[in-house]
Amino acid sequence: MLSFLPRGISPFAADIDGVMAFIYWVVGAWFVLALVVLGWLVWSSRARPGRRAAWLPGGTARTNAWILVPVSLVLVCDLLIEAKADPVWHDVKVAIPAGDVKVRITGRQYAWVFTYPGVDGQFDTADDVATAELHVPRDKVVRFDLRSADVLHSFFVPELRLKQDAVPGRSIAGWFSADRDGSYEIACAEICGKNHTLMAGKMVVEAEDAFDTWLASQ
Amino acid sequence: MSHAETQGFVRKHLFSTDHKAIARLYMLTGLFMALFGGFAAWLIRAQLSSVGPGGTGGIIDPQTYNGAVTFHGTVMVFWVAMPLLVAGFGNLLIPLMVGAEDMAFPRLNLLSYWVFFLSTVVLIASIFVPGGTAAGGWTSYPPLAANVAYSGVNWGITLWILAVALEFVAFLMGGVNFITTAINLRAPGMRMWDLPIFVWEEVAASIVFMLSVGPLIAGALMLLLDHSFGTGFYDPARGGDPVLFQHLFWFFGHPEVYVILFPAFGIVAETLTCHSRKALFGYRMIVWSIVATSLLSFIVWAHHQFVAGIDPRMATPFSVTTILISVPVAVSMFSFMATLYRGSIRFNSAMLFTLGFFACFLLGGVTGIINGTAAADIYIHDSYYVVAHFHYTLYPLVFLAGSAGIYHWFPKLFGRMMDERLGKVHFWGTMVFFNMIFLPQFNLGMMGHHRRIAIPTKFEFLSTPTALQLQDLSTIGLVGLLVVQIPFVWNFFYSMWKGAVASSNPWNATTLEWQCPSPPPHGNFATPPVSYRGPYVYSPEGVEADFIPQDQPPEGAHEVPVNPVVARASGM
Repeated sequence: MLSFLPRGISPFAADIDGVMAFIYWVVGAWFVLALVVLGWLVWSSRARPGRRAAWLPGGTARTNAWILVPVSLVLVCDLLIEAKADPVWHDVKVAIPAGDVKVRITGRQYAWVFTYPGVDGQFDTADDVATAELHVPRDKVVRFDLRSADVLHSFFVPELRLKQDAVPGRSIAGWFSADRDGSYEIACAEICGKNHTLMAGKMVVEAEDAFDTWLASQ
Repeated sequence: MSHAETQGFVRKHLFSTDHKAIARLYMLTGLFMALFGGFAAWLIRAQLSSVGPGGTGGIIDPQTYNGAVTFHGTVMVFWVAMPLLVAGFGNLLIPLMVGAEDMAFPRLNLLSYWVFFLSTVVLIASIFVPGGTAAGGWTSYPPLAANVAYSGVNWGITLWILAVALEFVAFLMGGVNFITTAINLRAPGMRMWDLPIFVWEEVAASIVFMLSVGPLIAGALMLLLDHSFGTGFYDPARGGDPVLFQHLFWFFGHPEVYVILFPAFGIVAETLTCHSRKALFGYRMIVWSIVATSLLSFIVWAHHQFVAGIDPRMATPFSVTTILISVPVAVSMFSFMATLYRGSIRFNSAMLFTLGFFACFLLGGVTGIINGTAAADIYIHDSYYVVAHFHYTLYPLVFLAGSAGIYHWFPKLFGRMMDERLGKVHFWGTMVFFNMIFLPQFNLGMMGHHRRIAIPTKFEFLSTPTALQLQDLSTIGLVGLLVVQIPFVWNFFYSMWKGAVASSNPWNATTLEWQCPSPPPHGNFATPPVSYRGPYVYSPEGVEADFIPQDQPPEGAHEVPVNPVVARASGM
C-alpha cells in the first residue's frame, strides 16, 4: 500500500510517510494476528459429532484478563502512535516559520490563483503579482496564506504531503518547501461544485534565479 | 382480489400497529432503497472506469456525478443503514426479546414508519426537480449547499434537507419507543443484566441518536434558511461562518457511526452465541464497553476537520480521543472472538456472515487509526483511502451483519426458512467482490486520488496504467457484488412465500423471541413469559440439552417463580 505513495519533495513528507509507515506496521501486525487467531478459533471450534461446546461465560477477574490484557496492549500502541505523530502535526500545522517567500493562495470555482506581494513585501498593494501558476524556489521556505473567494476548497499537492482547506472569510497560514525541481499537479480535495473535478493547478519548483526571472516577467 | 381482502391486507401489513408489521415495512423500504444506493454506486464506478487519459470519455457529466455521489451516501446511511439496522431489527426484536406483547407506544410506532415513508418519497422526488438532486456530497457543506449561485441546485437541496429532517423525526419517535420498551416492558424476572446484548445495543443507539441529532437539526434549519430565505448563518460576508455547520454536522455525524455500529454488534452477539453454542464471553464487560463507546463518541467529531481550518492546536485532543475509542470497541471485538473459543460452530449462512463481518470489520477498524492520527490525516483526508476505510466499516456493519440478521431471524419475520445453499453463494460472492472493490481504493488513496472527482484522469498522477487498472478492478468488483445480490433477493422473496415452514425455535436459541411461534402472532406470546436467567445459557454443565431458554422454569419451580427478583418484578 505504502509503495503507491508518490515521491515526497517537502521536508515533512518523510515525517508524514514515517508516521503512516509506523501505523501501517503496528496495526498491520495486529490485523494479521487477529485474523490468525480468528481463523484458529473458527477451525478449532467447528462443530463435530460427539463434541459439546464448553461453558465459559467469563466475568471473573481471571477470565476478564483474557480481554483486558490485549486491550491494554492496544492502548499502549495507540499512545505510541500518538506520541510519534503529534510532533509531526506540530511541525506542519502549528509552528509555522516566517518563510523566505510569501504567497497568497486563493481558491475560486474552479481555479487556484497565486498572489505574490511584489518588491515591497506587502500584500494588497499596487505591485502585487497575481499568477495562474505557483512557482517556488527550490529549498526555500514558502509561507502561504490560504483563502477562498466563494466556497470551500482544499489545497492539495500529493508530492508535498500537504492538504489544507480554504474557507471563505478566513486566512489560513501554512508553509512548505520543495527540494526537487520539476512541475507538480495541484488539486482541489474538497467538493466545490459542478467542475470540482476540473479544479487543477500547476506548481513549478526551480532554482532561485529562475524563480526570480519568472516572477519579474509576470 | 375482493375489496374486503384488500382492506385486510392494508390493515394487516400497512397500517398495523404490530411491531413486527412495522419492522417488515422498515426493512423492505430499506432494502428497496438499497437498490437506489446500489444504482448510484454503479453510476459512480462506471464513470470512473470509462474516463480515459486526458479526461476523455465518461458516461455522465460532472454535475450528475456529484449528484450520484451525494445520493449514494445519503441513501446508504439514512435510508438503508438506519431503517434496516436500527428501525427494522429494533422493531422486530426489542419487544420479543424483552417478552412484551408490543412496543410501549404502538401508534407512535406506526406514525414513525409513515413519517419515514414520507421522507423517502420526498428524497426520491428530489431527483426529479429542476436543477437536479443535491450535489454537494452527503455532508452538504455550506457555502456550496447554501447558495444556488455556487451549486446550481435549488429545489434539490430544499427537498434533501426536508427529507433528512423528516427522517430524523421518524427515528426520534422510534428511539423513544425503543428506550421505553426496553426499560418498562421487560418480562417479570428480566433484570437489565438479563437483556440480550442486542437490546442494550439498540437502547444505546437510540440514546446516542437522540442526544446528538438536536445540533444537526439546528444546523440543517440554518442551512435551509440560508438557502431558501437568504439568511447569513454560514456566510462570512454577513458575519456567519461556514465551519459552524461542520461542527454541528459532525457532532451528530460521528455518533451516527455508532448508531449504526451498535445494532450491528448486537446482531452478531446473538448469531455468534447461538451458532457457536456458547455463552457470550464477558457479558458485563461488553455492556460497559457500549457505555464507554457511547460517551467517547461525543468527543471525537473534529477528527473530520483536522485540515478544515479549525485551530490546529485542537487536533491533538481530538486525535487522542479518536484513537482511544479503539479501546472499548476492541473490548467488544475481542470478547466476541473469545466467545468462539471451544464452541461448536455451525457454518450456516447466518454464522458465515457473522464471521465474515469480524474479518472485514477488523480491517475497517485498524485502517481508521491512520485517518484518526492528525499528522497522517494531512495526506489521507478526503482521499480514496478514507473512502476505502469507511466502506470497510459500514459495509460489514450494514450488509454483512445485516445479512447475518436476516438469515437468522427470517423465521420470525415470515415464518419460513431461507435457502442455505443460495445463502452460501451470496456469502462467498459478497466476500470476494466486496474486497475486490475496496482493497484497490486504499492504494488509489495512497497515490493521491482525492474524493468526489468525476474525471480523475484530468490528473496525470491518476492516469498511470496502475491507477487505471486499480479503478477497473474496483469497478469489476462492484458489478460482481451487485450480481451476487441476485441470489439473495431471489432467496428472500421466494422463501417469503415458498420457503420451508419454520418451527418456533429452529436454531435452538435461548432468547425469548424463539419461545413464541414463527412468525409470532399479534401480541406475540400466548401467555406472558417469565424470565429465569440470563440470555446466553448455551451448553451449560450438568444438563443434557445444549441450551436453556430464558423462560424455562428451573427444576422444582413449576408453579410459582421463587426467585425473589422474579417475585418482586411480577408484583407478588
